[in-house]
Amino acid sequence: MVVENDPDKCVYCGGCVGVCPTQALVLKDTRIIVDKKKCINCGACVSICPVGAMEIKK
Amino acid sequence: MVDYDVIVVGAGPAGLCAAHELMKEKLKILVVDRKQEIGCPKRCAEGLSNRWFEKMNLTPKKEWAVQEIKGAQLYSPNGKSIKMKDDKAQGYVLERKMFEKYLAIEAVKKGAKILMKNQVMSAKRENNEVELTIEENKELKKLTCKMVIACDGVDSLTAKMLGLNTKLDLRETDSGYQYEMTGISGYDENLLHLFFGTDVAPRGYIWIFPKRKGTANVGIGIGAYEKETAKSYLDKWIATQDGIKDGSIIEVNAGVIPVGGFIEKMQADNLLVAGDAGHMVDPIHGGGIGIAMEGGRLAAKHAIKALKSNKFLEKDLEEYTKEWYTLSGNDLKRRLKGRHFLEKLNNDDFNYLAESITIDEALRIGNGTLTKKDKAVLITKKLVTRPKLLKLMIDYAKD
Repeated sequence: MVVENDPDKCVYCGGCVGVCPTQALVLKDTRIIVDKKKCINCGACVSICPVGAMEIKK
Repeated sequence: MVDYDVIVVGAGPAGLCAAHELMKEKLKILVVDRKQEIGCPKRCAEGLSNRWFEKMNLTPKKEWAVQEIKGAQLYSPNGKSIKMKDDKAQGYVLERKMFEKYLAIEAVKKGAKILMKNQVMSAKRENNEVELTIEENKELKKLTCKMVIACDGVDSLTAKMLGLNTKLDLRETDSGYQYEMTGISGYDENLLHLFFGTDVAPRGYIWIFPKRKGTANVGIGIGAYEKETAKSYLDKWIATQDGIKDGSIIEVNAGVIPVGGFIEKMQADNLLVAGDAGHMVDPIHGGGIGIAMEGGRLAAKHAIKALKSNKFLEKDLEEYTKEWYTLSGNDLKRRLKGRHFLEKLNNDDFNYLAESITIDEALRIGNGTLTKKDKAVLITKKLVTRPKLLKLMIDYAKD
């Protein structure tokens, strides 16, 4: 399980990047890139996302 | 030979004010920013109070200080409101894109260089210098400098790359969402409007920050652990507001707000941090433009000092953090206390307070500046019939 970003909902504010404890996320232009090796599936980005664009996918 | 004396990462209010200050010494500096446009997309309600104009020696200009503000109106959940025309609430709502471009142009006039769409991908320290790997158009380049000032916002990775933990604590971070709307009415355009209530905006508030006639930033900030997203709370509220619900949305903004106080240590070897990256935000209203500018300016002063003495180690730079806390630490402590009081209030509490306390008392609770006499009046008279508020106030009054 890792977190996924829904680019249709995302407004690329970078909030998820700021709360990620393992630096698994990077904001490049209008895209959130998830480093699946670093993601520990903690859900911090899901909690903070103002628009519900981060989801934990099974 | 390094490429630059200082590389500032992030061309926001903190980074650009740092650039200004650095150019007083005619240094070789570079400002890089990952975005494609300065000031855009904004993550901000754009309010800036007059005291920051004074502190930063800044004169409001028509092209970016677009709405003068005379005070604020606070609404309790049952719709009652109080107006405050306190000096502290006076200022301007900005057009940030124009404001930051103005700051950028002024910095470049003094000799600074700015590069947009340049993203720092990694950083390493060697021989008392820093090498940044920067991506532009899929190409990587390496630039070296003696000092890095990281002003790259809440999603700052630069400081982390250089070994400083700037991670946000989720409990101390608010989730923000905003529309810039036009064709709206029904509010005094010379005031900021703040709506409180646990149903409306749990652990936060909804705001209307007017920007010219009929246009305003309408936004929300809430805690990270609320049931729904910030967007969902804001959409629901707007749907109930005559004068606003039929307006047009001309911009969608989002962002998270570090409201838990500054990071403890703002320096590492060859690195200083300012602005949102250092959590320089007011814990009560979540505003951060002014404080970021002040932080950027101070970081630059300490970078200059380091360059002059050629000392860049963490311990050589610790004066920056010390001076920052001397400057703003006490204010922060008081405001955090105010925040923790406000966070515990429910709808009934807000309604009761709106009826029973004066605007001065409300302001002093927020500012953490209640006098002994205020506390006595609140505890023995005004809150005595409300056990929960009484307990909160007694705890608040303790230290």
